[in-house]
Amino acid sequence: MKLRKNVAVSEAGLLFNPVTGESYSINPIGVEILNLIRDEKNPAQISRVILDKYSTDQATFEKDYHDFISILEHHNLLESHEETKA
Amino acid sequence: MSKLRYERPVIMKLETGMPNKFGTRTEYQPMTHIDGVAVNSLIKEYGSPLFVISEQTIRNTIKKARRAFENRYPKVQFAWSYKTNYLNAVCSIFHQEGSWAEVVSGFEYDKAISLGVDGRKIIFNGPDKSEEDLTKAINNDSLIHIDHLDELYSITELTEKLNKRPRVAIRVNMDTGVYPMWDRFGFNYENGQAWDALNKIMQSGKMELVGLHSHIGTFMLSPFAYGIAAAKLAELALAVEAKFNHEIKYIDMGGGFASKNTLKGAFLPGSDTNPSFDDFAEAISSALINSNFKKDKLPLLILETGRALVDEAGYLLGSVISNKRSSTGRRNTILDIGVNILFTAFWYDHKITPAQSFTQYTEDTCLYGPLCMNIDVVRESTNLPLLNKGEHVVIHNVGAYNMTQWMQFITLRPNVVLIDPDEKPHLIRSKESLENMNGMEKVPSHLAKFNK
Repeated sequence: MKLRKNVAVSEAGLLFNPVTGESYSINPIGVEILNLIRDEKNPAQISRVILDKYSTDQATFEKDYHDFISILEHHNLLESHEETKA
Repeated sequence: MSKLRYERPVIMKLETGMPNKFGTRTEYQPMTHIDGVAVNSLIKEYGSPLFVISEQTIRNTIKKARRAFENRYPKVQFAWSYKTNYLNAVCSIFHQEGSWAEVVSGFEYDKAISLGVDGRKIIFNGPDKSEEDLTKAINNDSLIHIDHLDELYSITELTEKLNKRPRVAIRVNMDTGVYPMWDRFGFNYENGQAWDALNKIMQSGKMELVGLHSHIGTFMLSPFAYGIAAAKLAELALAVEAKFNHEIKYIDMGGGFASKNTLKGAFLPGSDTNPSFDDFAEAISSALINSNFKKDKLPLLILETGRALVDEAGYLLGSVISNKRSSTGRRNTILDIGVNILFTAFWYDHKITPAQSFTQYTEDTCLYGPLCMNIDVVRESTNLPLLNKGEHVVIHNVGAYNMTQWMQFITLRPNVVLIDPDEKPHLIRSKESLENMNGMEKVPSHLAKFNK
């Protein structure tokens, strides 16, 4: 899973997709997750980083993580499997 | 090292377009305490969900209402509307503040008597008064507000049987220029029913006609309608005096004043737009003072205000059961508060505040209750911070009708706590138990056995 190459994410939580011209607001933990995705960490590694830092449990984070990823997919911000293969 | 507070990751598309002039800001302040008592500690001790009533708010509100009317009219009496909230502790606060009791059933009448209310200070309204109820009310010299001719004839018969002269008023319905016009209770003014009933009472000589009553509607947003109603009742009272040389002692304007809640579909919050006690007092007092009553013969003004006196004092605390998404990607949050205990969710967009700190990130959220019923929606759409499972919310302005119209349906009704002016919580109604519910049931012996 990869964030689209040309998508820009600022540390303040502003995401811009130049392909569509759309902007998004992301909260700090969301930015952290996007950066980890950019660093090509897998879900288990991302989960470990978050659980070490924040007071939550694995089940809650896993649910929220998958929800977050589904919204990124919904907004077409992730590269599809075909694109990744290519 | 302690870990940071967790907030779920969220991404929101920034929409551009016309700014919404009716937009209201998100609740940026959490409500962590009610009258100095921590919401978390209340839930820990009394469970979730939990109704909380602020005694100080009730006392402040009734004082504000009294001041609004007493500054404008010389003789004012409030009568607490039992159906709005008849928890004994709540009724007792109003009685301590000088309110009489206004009841609409034999059950409510007995509740007032059991609390020690003087029978002469009970106003008995409503269309359903049994012979037994009327006998009690007549023997206690209560104020009986006659709703229909059948009741008038029942009272006439009872006066002979009991050899008493009951104190009565009639309920008058009328056109006050508001829609819908309430005409199912009492006698109509415009078509002469009310005048006919008054003549019957006066001609019979068996009852003492002491007052005139009207209750023009509910959640009234126009104070002027009360002015019209007061003027019409004044005309009737003066007509009785002119024809029978009989003085009407009081005019009872009933209830119906809007609280600060926001009706569904309203553009702006009720707290900004709904009339104040001063607005209602100005309309009613002006109409009575400007009528043809002689200065020293102004009738007592009775008010049966319920909702506007108690709504603001009630809070409903609850917890997040789950967060999920709808098929369209919309945020859905499930609370442990259902419409079975928050009946007013059908009428109002209740103000809802998280009970713990949060960041500036919000999501448009649909709040569902815990019932396995599609109608169980607490708010169709509200912009809320990111609530985690197990976190708490406070629903505001729930003091009126919820603790009387609540239903034992799917879940049991929760505890009710009163916080006194010294910031001490008291349990004033215990939550229901399976034993309570099963205690009222009987299973016939032939149904007692089945294969387990």
